Amino acid sequence: MAGEARDIKLRIDNVKKVFDGRGGEMVALNGVSMDILDNEFICVVGPSGCGKSTLLNIIAGLSEPTSGAVYCNGKEVQGTGTERGVVFQQYALFPWLTVRKNVMFALEMRGVKGKEAQEEAMTYLKMVDLEKFADHYPKELSGGMKQRVAIARAYAAKPEVLLMDEPFGALDAQTRTQLQTELIATWEKEKKTCFFITHDVDEAILLAQRVVIMSARPGRIKEIVPIDIPHPRNQETKMTPRFMELKNHIWGQVYQEYLEVRK
Amino acid sequence: MKKKQSSLVDRVPNWMWLLLSFLAAMLLWYILSIIPKTSRAFPNQFVVLSSIATMIQRGVLHTDIGSSLISAGAGYAFGFIIALPVAILMAWYRPVKYIIEPWIQFIRNIPPLAYVPLIVIAAGVGRRPQIIVITIATFLIMCVTIYQGVVNVDETLIKAARVLGANDKDIFARVIAPATLPFILTAVRLGASVALTTLIAAESTGASAGLGMRIRSLNSNFETAPMLLYIIIIGIIGITVEKIIKTLERRLTGWQEKREI
Ligand SMILES: Nc1ncnc2c1ncn2[C@@H]1O[C@H](COP(=O)(O)OP(=O)(O)O)[C@@H](O)[C@H]1O
Ligand SMILES: [Mg+2]
Repeated sequence: MAGEARDIKLRIDNVKKVFDGRGGEMVALNGVSMDILDNEFICVVGPSGCGKSTLLNIIAGLSEPTSGAVYCNGKEVQGTGTERGVVFQQYALFPWLTVRKNVMFALEMRGVKGKEAQEEAMTYLKMVDLEKFADHYPKELSGGMKQRVAIARAYAAKPEVLLMDEPFGALDAQTRTQLQTELIATWEKEKKTCFFITHDVDEAILLAQRVVIMSARPGRIKEIVPIDIPHPRNQETKMTPRFMELKNHIWGQVYQEYLEVRK
Repeated sequence: MKKKQSSLVDRVPNWMWLLLSFLAAMLLWYILSIIPKTSRAFPNQFVVLSSIATMIQRGVLHTDIGSSLISAGAGYAFGFIIALPVAILMAWYRPVKYIIEPWIQFIRNIPPLAYVPLIVIAAGVGRRPQIIVITIATFLIMCVTIYQGVVNVDETLIKAARVLGANDKDIFARVIAPATLPFILTAVRLGASVALTTLIAAESTGASAGLGMRIRSLNSNFETAPMLLYIIIIGIIGITVEKIIKTLERRLTGWQEKREI
């Protein structure tokens, strides 16, 4: 197992999730398996309700699979762990803490205290270009700025894997593009393993090395599409013929699933 | 048309409006004091003010205020001390909620005056039944409000803390407590108001002093001037306490996106 797991950061092994609702059992995930390599950027697309968030929560350790398991660095995931960081769509900043103190929360959980934590927080805020807003409260920031703080906070926990659940889903198109560009640049520098959920096919192709298309009811992996567009990528990448080709293919597959759900 | 009007309204500062409101109240009061039908119930400002001296001479003004503040303050404090853990237990353990919440909803709709005799029979006369009545009334309102706060803590914030490595103790102290604080302060404010509005009922337990008790005893002699004075004193205490708590709320929970209740 050890030799084989060397390059595999996350192994999702036949994960099944059943919810007991009022209307009986609901199969949200039906045997999902895939390996995510170290340094890989994975994007997951699929119609809403196909179990993307459920899968992310299981990887994060916020929820348990009904059967199957997730392995991180070859070790079975039991509950949350700081090696797996999460960025939520709703930002999830602590509204009673200033921007700096939100980032310091992550540092303090890691055992960094006092002045050292204050200074280190600033380096993470510089990374997302928000050091000027260190002493502001979240309510004073725009959505895009809030999400940048959330990303800085996630990085401050020094995770080995970043799990992001439609992090740009609530932002306007322009802010979204800007954050995509920032995220891709950061990844090209740090190559941190990412598991990124989105419903925006363009976003998925721009960011990912592999795009996972999920099918609905019950949630399953329909296809995994390798994105063979070289780095560095930027917004202009979206104009290239290869991008268009991939987009047509992925979009077609997602649309089929979308029609499936509507039925 | 509407716009022009509001711009004039906006230009007058708040304190000026407050002053206008006060003067209008004084005028209304004075009118009531000269209309023959209402003049007995509403003696004019000068008569009421001079009754301060009367009540001081009788040696009851400060003991009444003191006694009421002690009863209301103690009952209110006990109400809070009980409400906080009960609300948290209700929010965390559903069986506790299912058992206790119906009781609270049931008792909340009964005017305290109705159960005062039972409390006097059980606890005797004096300070104790007064405190018990106020404890019950303030407990009910504060427990419901704090419970809402604990239940409404944003689940994603707890998740966010957990994935950053927070344990249960961290989550309680650093997420649930601050997230609930606005509701606790609202509870404290509503509780203070209930403590005062319950005063008359509480002091109908055979109290020997107190603002509520005195109003009832003045009533039997138709002494309307000191009665009105005492009513105004209760009002002043109420608004002062509310202002203090509101200032505290602004200081401690200014981080909120919006404020409710
Ligand atoms: N806690 C839950 N209890 C019951 N059903 C749930 C729960 N969470 C998600 N579901 C259901 O599981 C399915 C997948 O949900 P989700 O993973 O949120 O989908 P997605 O993120 O792809 O939109 C949905 O049909 C949803 O209603
Ligand atoms: Mg989702």
